[in-house]
Amino acid sequence: MTKFQFPESIRSRPVYGTLEPRPGKAHLMIADAEGAEALLDLATREARLFAQGHIIYIPKTTGETYTQRLRDLGPAQFHVGPTYEASVPRIRRVLSDAHMGLQVYLAGTEGLMGQAQNEAMQAGIPHSAIQTEHRGSVARRMQCVHCKGITEDVVTDPFVCSHCGLNLFVRDHYSRRLAAFQGVCIDAEDPGNLPDPVELYT
Amino acid sequence: MSAAPQKARAGAEKIDVIVSAVVPLNELVTRFEFTRADDKAFPPFSAGAHTVVEMRDGDRLRLNPYSLMSDPADSSQYAISVRRDDAGRGGSLFMHRSVKVGDRMKISYPVNLFPLDLRGRKHVFLAGGIGITPFMAMIAHLERMGGAWELHYACRNEALGTYVDQLTSRYPNKVHVYFDDRNQAIALEDLLDGQPLGTHVYVCGPKGMIDWVHATAAAHGWPDENVHSEEFLAPQPGKPFEVRLCRSDITIQVGESESLLEAMERCGVDAPFLCRGGACGQCETDVIEADGTFVHRDHWLDDEDHTSGKKIMPCVSRFVGKSLVLDR
Ligand code: FES
Repeated sequence: MTKFQFPESIRSRPVYGTLEPRPGKAHLMIADAEGAEALLDLATREARLFAQGHIIYIPKTTGETYTQRLRDLGPAQFHVGPTYEASVPRIRRVLSDAHMGLQVYLAGTEGLMGQAQNEAMQAGIPHSAIQTEHRGSVARRMQCVHCKGITEDVVTDPFVCSHCGLNLFVRDHYSRRLAAFQGVCIDAEDPGNLPDPVELYT
Repeated sequence: MSAAPQKARAGAEKIDVIVSAVVPLNELVTRFEFTRADDKAFPPFSAGAHTVVEMRDGDRLRLNPYSLMSDPADSSQYAISVRRDDAGRGGSLFMHRSVKVGDRMKISYPVNLFPLDLRGRKHVFLAGGIGITPFMAMIAHLERMGGAWELHYACRNEALGTYVDQLTSRYPNKVHVYFDDRNQAIALEDLLDGQPLGTHVYVCGPKGMIDWVHATAAAHGWPDENVHSEEFLAPQPGKPFEVRLCRSDITIQVGESESLLEAMERCGVDAPFLCRGGACGQCETDVIEADGTFVHRDHWLDDEDHTSGKKIMPCVSRFVGKSLVLDR
């Protein structure tokens, strides 16, 4: 089960959809881990997209589970990267060479989609025109509102800021510019007095 | 659908102006320039804005929207260019025949329903005929900002190519003109192809042209957000009909050649409006009761609203039938 239905929340919290084939001159698909399944599903709806498709895939902990199946979709270009950060120069290069008529499909974790959406927006694509589909982990990319440091793949609430060490409460308040949720000190009044961490959405 | 701008009063604030120049440009189009009667500076406007011009035509008050085509950085004057429509309702004919240098008139504060998206990396303008006017202001603005733009301008023929000479001599590499009588046409597909990411297209012209640009761009994978259009509809004549305005507690007759909005104004009802062309949403009015069919012509309400029979845009839409009661 890689699909997770996020409960309704404040307006700031991003909502994700289901990738659908759209007309375009080129198709850029960026996915991590189980996000591959969203691309495989997209292919069952319109396999021809992939002939003008460029897939950038970061398997994370899924290893080889999906790479061959993605390659079999026959994308014009297929790139497997070790981490999102390592793929950023490639994503930027693709976007800077791209023209109007490019469709962008993002799938997988919130951290990947948020950051890739940010790159696409900076390249001039309105955020509402960028398709997203959440798959896999509900881990979040969090920004500490105190030290501004980013902690990736946060799965518990509260959690410890990986930069300044404060105990942070996981908020749904999201920054599209930072592609991160906000984490706020939970024990400022009474340091050390904090609830036991629970896994997100359990 | 976004909400209409919140404002209870009818129309935008007015400015008293004096006609400072009347410049015929060709057989059909004349430019009118205005200075302020109080010699103050005009309010700044953003490129793409229009003004509603009040015309006292005998005992008839005409209010027509025209795009401001002067340089937005010039606060000493406003200018509009008016195409004479001999088969129209008479506003443009009045401008052409009766308005002289030195006349006092009232025009509204500018309202912009067709702004540039300044996040755009590049702006591609597509003009059909008199649809060139908002682009004159946009071009002036982008030239000052150093913004990237190109213009594709379709005209009937050379003699009716309003501002063609001025544009092609100033910006020979950015302006492309197409004359119908030489069978030249905008190669839209080629033009959309290969535009850099972040390009916006803007179209102003006849409805067919606007629809063609929206449909072609969508088929090429352009996001809706990057395709902008403006079309002012003129109210169409139709069968006279009767309307009960329950808040004002009167029953009025809408004549053959006036719009529902104009009929309300003639009867002293202060009905809201901004564009008078079915685009801004300001005049949206709730229907209390109706026995008949609506003739919806606006670009504001969606199809669902149109079929619901619960709303009408009095600036352009009409009604045929037995009785109509509006919440106004
Ligand atoms: S006045 Fe703008 S839609 Fe009617």
